[in-house]
Amino acid sequence: MTVTDTLAPPEPVPPVDAIRFLDVAKTYGSGDNAVTALAGVTLTVAAGEMVAIMGPSGCGKSTLLHLAGGLEDPTSGTVVVGGRPVSAMTPSQRATMRRRDVGYVFQRLNLVPSLTALENVMLPLELDGIPTRDARDQAREALSAMGLDRLDRYPDDFSGGQQQRIAIARATTGTRRLVLADEPTGALDTANGDQVIELLAALPARGAAVVLVTHEPRFASWADRVVFLRDGRVVDQSEADDGGRR
Amino acid sequence: MAVREGLLALLDAGPRVGHQLKTGFEAATGGVWPLNVGQVYTTLDRLERDGLVATAEADGQRTYSITDAGTAALGAWWEAVGGDDPPPRDELMLKVLMALDRGPDHALAVVTAQRTALLALLQRRRRDQRGRATDPAVGGEALAAVLVDDALVLRAEADLRWLDQCEARVLQARR
Ligand SMILES: Nc1ncnc2c1ncn2[C@@H]1O[C@H](COP(=O)(O)OP(=O)(O)O)[C@@H](O)[C@H]1O
Ligand SMILES: [Mg+2]
Repeated sequence: MTVTDTLAPPEPVPPVDAIRFLDVAKTYGSGDNAVTALAGVTLTVAAGEMVAIMGPSGCGKSTLLHLAGGLEDPTSGTVVVGGRPVSAMTPSQRATMRRRDVGYVFQRLNLVPSLTALENVMLPLELDGIPTRDARDQAREALSAMGLDRLDRYPDDFSGGQQQRIAIARATTGTRRLVLADEPTGALDTANGDQVIELLAALPARGAAVVLVTHEPRFASWADRVVFLRDGRVVDQSEADDGGRR
Repeated sequence: MAVREGLLALLDAGPRVGHQLKTGFEAATGGVWPLNVGQVYTTLDRLERDGLVATAEADGQRTYSITDAGTAALGAWWEAVGGDDPPPRDELMLKVLMALDRGPDHALAVVTAQRTALLALLQRRRRDQRGRATDPAVGGEALAAVLVDDALVLRAEADLRWLDQCEARVLQARR
């Protein structure tokens, strides 16, 4: 450590918004068949924050995540990921954003059955051009952070809860800083669900933003903020009022 | 439970003096029911009048013990179960029903406000839990406090599920 290090502590890093929705609307179909999934949502999730999204079936929760991940485009309004509007990205920039910045965890267990646990997590890294050796190291690290071992086994050899933990490892390796989880506990019992949510809730401390869709109050209570949607709109938000973030 | 059942339950373990009953009652109820000494003695007087408790004086101290009639009354209380006919008049339930009577939009507004508050309560508790180390082994009074906490959390979860159900049904009825 040098003298200047002790004299000048590093400036605190200003919080970065991982994702912003600005008056976002999404309508599927048109005319008589038009379905309004989102009707003007404004919402920001900061890096290091976990937000839970709750609301009745069909209120637009999954649509919100699809827009966040650039899988679909809003009908109107703006989605900003990591400071850049998704609509301003070229198709290839958008593909890169999906690969590098965003990780998904779904309700159904969606690992590639013919690849081992390790290979499942390595796959997106290698697709992104990371050398195999580095990809393997990163994947191993992410998997062991999820408490998993014997990584040369295939998904079927793992329990549902373990498979979901592999999916979280895959969603958080490399440079991914935005984790979108859509009912990740839907296929799990309470004990495994608790474990999965606890792991997701630990990600913000490492700088990631987590958006968790769930209908279980038990799991939503882990979030820093709970956003309630109804008919495509935010109707209320509840914050853990402990006087500030971690 | 009323204070009288609580005191009978404590006396079932053996004779006690008044102040032991007060502290014993408060510890056993996990801190949710503070008593004043006056309440304890008034209740003991009534229990004695009804023949459920007997007293003995020694060294200027009055000791209370449970009678056979008291043991029988206590046994009946342990075995009694809360019925649902008529349904219990739950505060939250009645609030939502009254709101619904004013119209679906008002019902949805009340459901939303109640749900947000309940979730904030769960978030606070979760935050406290995370602040603590892993669950220590608990016994006695600490166990009672933990069970009180569990009850509050699980009831809040149940209320939240019910409010979700209300929202879905009101939305369905409105369409
Ligand atoms: N691809 C699609 N085409 C047509 N309608 C859709 C599509 N995806 C979702 N919807 C409709 O949009 C609304 C919101 O859906 P969704 O976001 O999946 O809700 P949630 O995840 O909250 O249950 C629903 O009415 C749904 O039927
Ligand atoms: Mg959905």
